[in-house]
Amino acid sequence: MVMLSDRSEVLLPLTKQMAKVISKEFIEQLLQEIPDPEIPVISIVDLGIVRSVILENEKVIINITPTYSGCPAMMAIQKDIVARLKDEGIEHVEVNLVHDEVWTTDWINDAAKERLREYGIAPPEKSSPDKNLLTGKRSAVTCPRCGSIETSLISQFGSTACKALYRCESCREPFDYFKCH
Amino acid sequence: MIKYIVTRISTKHREQVLNKPVSESVQDRFTQSTSKFHFMNSATNNSLVKYCLRIADSSLVLGQRLGEWCGHGPILEEDIALTNISLDLIGQARAFYTYAAQLENKGKTEDDFAFFRDEREYYNLLLTEQPNGDFGQTILRQFLISTYSYYFYSALKTSNDSTLSSLAEKSLKEVTYHLRHSSEWLIRLGDGTAESHQRVENAIDELWRFTGDMFDMDEVDELLIKEGIAINLASLKEPWEKKVKEVFLKATLKFPENQFMIQGSRNGKHTEHLGHLLTEMQALPRTFPGAEW
Repeated sequence: MVMLSDRSEVLLPLTKQMAKVISKEFIEQLLQEIPDPEIPVISIVDLGIVRSVILENEKVIINITPTYSGCPAMMAIQKDIVARLKDEGIEHVEVNLVHDEVWTTDWINDAAKERLREYGIAPPEKSSPDKNLLTGKRSAVTCPRCGSIETSLISQFGSTACKALYRCESCREPFDYFKCH
Repeated sequence: MIKYIVTRISTKHREQVLNKPVSESVQDRFTQSTSKFHFMNSATNNSLVKYCLRIADSSLVLGQRLGEWCGHGPILEEDIALTNISLDLIGQARAFYTYAAQLENKGKTEDDFAFFRDEREYYNLLLTEQPNGDFGQTILRQFLISTYSYYFYSALKTSNDSTLSSLAEKSLKEVTYHLRHSSEWLIRLGDGTAESHQRVENAIDELWRFTGDMFDMDEVDELLIKEGIAINLASLKEPWEKKVKEVFLKATLKFPENQFMIQGSRNGKHTEHLGHLLTEMQALPRTFPGAEW
């Protein structure tokens, strides 16, 4: 029952086996496999909402940060984490919501942004949009299908809290835009 | 929306059934957060609880009002937009209620604040509880409040209290979208047809008298301003008026001057509309204690 001092690994009681040394990397790998409930092509790690994984005596603590205040997917994500770790026999899991340091779309990694585009969702444009939004000026959004920048906003509020609805004036297809946040 | 609110009831009652907290994590966060506030004396702590409730109540009540549009929006996109805004606001309310519960340290949850307080214990701004009216009135109400919230959260970001400043930063991002949405619609309606213009004018006649209430302060604000936690609402008035005037001008609407103002939200004194709203919102958990989604 020796716990490593840097807590990169911890001995956890498991349901299926007696006990097993679980590393932080192993947990992080499991989290990497959990898809966003609304956008299955990106994982919760890609999304940048997993803030820290802490191993304590017989317990795994995972801190996540909400994307939008009212995002209903947060509850689903918390459940998914607990369920995924339970599949590995890890029973003692704590998922906390942390608000310090506010999530931004800049935390979505580039590979994930590319997968969003392939999936048909225009990824968020870089940088902070607030001032531009207020004055009605905003950066052009590129059509995820044909790459045209001739796009127009249909509605600021789309199918989920994090998306706006756009239309491409070149290929005439409507598409979702992951709002800059 | 109702489904959304109902799902939130369950946590507390699941705890009663299990006779233990659903998540130990909540307890842990609870202890961590309260220990952070050892330095805070009880007067400051009590004031901060009330301050959080004021913010949360306004968000929740306005969120509930907007939720009434679900399935009734003039067009599909607007139905979705109004309920999206509602969702943001209810989410913001939850975060501030949770923080108030941590500070109060009496084992309450966000649901206790939302569902088990009466009208006189609610501190939401009078403007937030006003009925939806027509789409024009809803948009005007949203614009007046979103403008206020925009400057409020911009200022609250600099609060000494790190939780308040983080929640403000988060809320500000969302409110910026709300402000943009309602500004664009107000201009479209005011500068639209004779009828749409008239309807928004009527809405101004109806709602303007509740705008003074937004800038009221009392001893709660005074104490927290001294501590660098709260913000001076008087300083928001000028930028708020400037922005409202700017949009009214584009919308060809007249900015009312020197109107009589109805006040009272700081002391839980409300218009007749709040009681009805709470009755509907709180009916389920009060009628079926222990109900679970």
